[in-house]
Amino acid sequence: MVIRNRRARRVSTRRSKPNLPLRRRLLVGALSLAFVALSGGVFYRQVIQTEFLQKEGAARYLRDGVIAARRGMILDRNGEPLAVSTPVETVWAEPRKLVNQLEAIPSLATALGMDGGQLREKIEANRDKGFIYLKRRISLEESNAAREVIARHKIEGVDFDTEYRRFYPGAEVFAHVIGFTDIEDHGQEGIELARDDVLKAEPGLHRVIRDGRKRIVQEVEQIRAPRPGSDLVLSLDRRLQYLAYRELKAAVTQHKAKGGTVVVLDVATGEVLAMVNQPGFNPNIDRSGGIDRRRNRALTDVMEPGSTLKPLVVAAALEKRLVSPTTRIATGPGTYNVGKNVVRDVHNYGTLDVTGIITKSSNVGSVKIAQMMSYADLWSLYDRLGFGHATGVGFPGESRGNFRHHSTWRPFEYATQAFGYGLSVTSLQLAQAYSVLAADGVKRPVTLFKRDPSAVGSRAEEVRILSADTARKVRAMMETVVSEKGTAKLAAIPGYGVGGKTGTAKKSAGKAGYGGGRYQSVFAGFVPAGQPRLVMVVMIDEPGGASYYGGTVAAPVFQKVMEGALRLFNVPPDELAPAMLLAHHRDAAP
Amino acid sequence: MGISPFSSRLDWDVRTAAPGLLKRMHVDVPLLMGLLALCGFGLMVLYSAGDQDIQVVERQLIRLGIAFGLMLAIAQIPPASLRRWSFGLYAFGVLMLVAVLIVGDIGKGAQRWLDFGVVRFQPSELLKLAVPMTVAWLLSMRPLPPRLLSILLAIMLTLIPVVLIAKQPDLGTSLLVVSAGVTVLFIAGLSWRMIVGLIVVAAALAPLVWFGMHDYQRARVMTFLDPETDPLGTGYHIIQSQIAIGSGGLSGKGWLNGTQSHLEFLPERHTDFIFAVIGEEFGFTGILALIGLYLFIIGRGLLIAARAQENYGRMLAGGLTLVFFVYLFVNTGMVIGLLPVVGVPLPLISYGGTSMVTLLAGFGMLMSIETHRSRK
Repeated sequence: MVIRNRRARRVSTRRSKPNLPLRRRLLVGALSLAFVALSGGVFYRQVIQTEFLQKEGAARYLRDGVIAARRGMILDRNGEPLAVSTPVETVWAEPRKLVNQLEAIPSLATALGMDGGQLREKIEANRDKGFIYLKRRISLEESNAAREVIARHKIEGVDFDTEYRRFYPGAEVFAHVIGFTDIEDHGQEGIELARDDVLKAEPGLHRVIRDGRKRIVQEVEQIRAPRPGSDLVLSLDRRLQYLAYRELKAAVTQHKAKGGTVVVLDVATGEVLAMVNQPGFNPNIDRSGGIDRRRNRALTDVMEPGSTLKPLVVAAALEKRLVSPTTRIATGPGTYNVGKNVVRDVHNYGTLDVTGIITKSSNVGSVKIAQMMSYADLWSLYDRLGFGHATGVGFPGESRGNFRHHSTWRPFEYATQAFGYGLSVTSLQLAQAYSVLAADGVKRPVTLFKRDPSAVGSRAEEVRILSADTARKVRAMMETVVSEKGTAKLAAIPGYGVGGKTGTAKKSAGKAGYGGGRYQSVFAGFVPAGQPRLVMVVMIDEPGGASYYGGTVAAPVFQKVMEGALRLFNVPPDELAPAMLLAHHRDAAP
Repeated sequence: MGISPFSSRLDWDVRTAAPGLLKRMHVDVPLLMGLLALCGFGLMVLYSAGDQDIQVVERQLIRLGIAFGLMLAIAQIPPASLRRWSFGLYAFGVLMLVAVLIVGDIGKGAQRWLDFGVVRFQPSELLKLAVPMTVAWLLSMRPLPPRLLSILLAIMLTLIPVVLIAKQPDLGTSLLVVSAGVTVLFIAGLSWRMIVGLIVVAAALAPLVWFGMHDYQRARVMTFLDPETDPLGTGYHIIQSQIAIGSGGLSGKGWLNGTQSHLEFLPERHTDFIFAVIGEEFGFTGILALIGLYLFIIGRGLLIAARAQENYGRMLAGGLTLVFFVYLFVNTGMVIGLLPVVGVPLPLISYGGTSMVTLLAGFGMLMSIETHRSRK
């Protein structure tokens, strides 16, 4: 047998014969040593190093992640949502993984409504990166389609996050006031920008277990709770805002105007109830529209207020007891020289009383009244009414208007101030000045935010500018403007006393003067005239049709909006015509 | 005959303990038991490492079935026949290697496969068996210990396929084939002078091997020496697997509860790095039990070698058993960070078919050697 042979051989050739038992023991010894080394290695890792390695492991799967938080809502005064954040999905990718799956890109792009070629370029351009956004704030359909494609092509390195998307249910109607946010949820314009500090949310932080593909598997602990932004309640009334928007837009379209503005104030509180502009934009769709569409003209744009300032001139003179409503003043022959310049009326009105000057809007009469006062008298009233000052609504881009100190005035300039030229105001400033007349001479700060009813009427915020008597007398004169013989009979509302003043300002073309036939048609008024609840300013910029007078272009807008507003706010009629009185009694009978 | 130190524990005679059927089927019962236990454990781990995908386990089970069938089939072939076919198999294998280099398929950057349309075949696997068979055949032609000429011939027969495999490039398999040839030589009884001489020559050739290596292979050695140099690339495997092993601790996190492996931080976790999953989920105690199982199989293999009646059988059985050991050592050493990253699976546990079939075919030869001993 073999073994016997070998033994024989071992005897014969002793020199080269290996010691086989020793060889076996050596082999077994070497194997044992190897096993001991192996076990020792595992022991070292699992028992001695285990704490360190466990910590290293945790460092790899534990991550701090951001928890999205909701930005505060913007609501109208009745709690109707005007800006809301809803959770949507954002799809992101790991390009360094996706770059190996280029064949699936076209389907993914289609699902997301993107261009396949561009997406491929984007991924290849970022091929070393671990994170890029593919598309932010995708729709539910896009999200479902993308998930389906990812599952079908087994795409790796594409995932979804939750973000909030801002929606504006009021769209174009509220766009100028509310403004909008950018993709990072920071306010960019309007209230969104002005009160970003209140609205903005603090994202939370949590520690999560993530797998090797960066997917979150489990939340371990919350480090910082997400803090949602606070809600803001505006003073605007959604119903009135819609009404004002509809009527302004109709008027701007009808008169082929370049633009327009409507402001409605609550006399008792100083709250802005409606503020709309044309042209507008829809912040849900197109935020990139030109600044022409995005401006909140009621605050940012100034106009020469024209004849709408005449009641203020009269108020200043009444306050100084220089005139009474019946004081007669000669306006004939319809022209009046101030230095080298001439002030003109549209017609020769002959001799008018002070009321008639307002009714007919006589420039000559206004100038003559103004000339009874010192420059400082008129300047002081305009100044205290807020011309040349910010209204305090704190709106980004608000204009203070252009109103120079009386020490710089020349005689003709002073004369023009009496019929509203040579200074400029915003629609909101004009509305604020009118609200002083409406509130029996008391000025209240205007605001875009709903006020706490208990704080309204505190002495601290109210400033008396005119005596109640003066304010009532001026309002009575202004009611004649809306009468048959006045310039704004189209502003009349059946059942209610309406007071107001038209303005048809020629637009200045800078150094070229007031030529060019471009006008701003204005109507500013209040209702009900006896004890006004609402003040409204309508401004139609450059009406392009045949008609351009404040009484024919702006006054009808006032009439339609205020008629609706009185109904909305349940304001009882104060001037009942006999027929209506009968009807009223019939209704009241059980 | 009980020369081995294992004999007292492992010398369990098939003639007295096994029923007649198993005996007639040429099955070595202790070896079969050890292999079944190991493969069963492997399927369990694979279920966890493969994200509890039962299909992965099913596919592995089918491969195991085929491999065990092949093992039993080979066990029927008497060692004498194996010896006769040794060189033929070897020559066929080398030809296939050459064919692979010319027309082979490329998978994961290396050219290792021959595609016959129906089956894909990896010739280098065949050489893991053919090289020890051929070296054993060569050396058993002359009385032992071998003379210098036989040794040089044996080394040449080993190196031809090794070089071809290394060119594919497949460092892991060429390492296994080298070790197969060398262990057979060692068992044949080289003189110490010869062993020392070979070590000196190998050391002298080491720089040549270094410069002959591919960049990625050199990078692997460098990152083994300092994994932090490339923590996201090659070092990532090493760092992640050490973290997985280490976080298992003494008792492990429990089956299906490994975080590193299940959170997909551990690459190749169901193939080459499955040992790390075992370490994380079963802990040090589980690893010791597994090593014990391997130790039993290797011990049984060495005992079969020691009891072999023919030189060919003894050399082949010893060589195959030691290759099995090299598999285990290289893989586990790599996973725990004792050795550089080399693509060697954990024998009989890692997911994948080819090494499974080769290994069990080898155990079939061991069974054949054990059960075809002539009764005196």
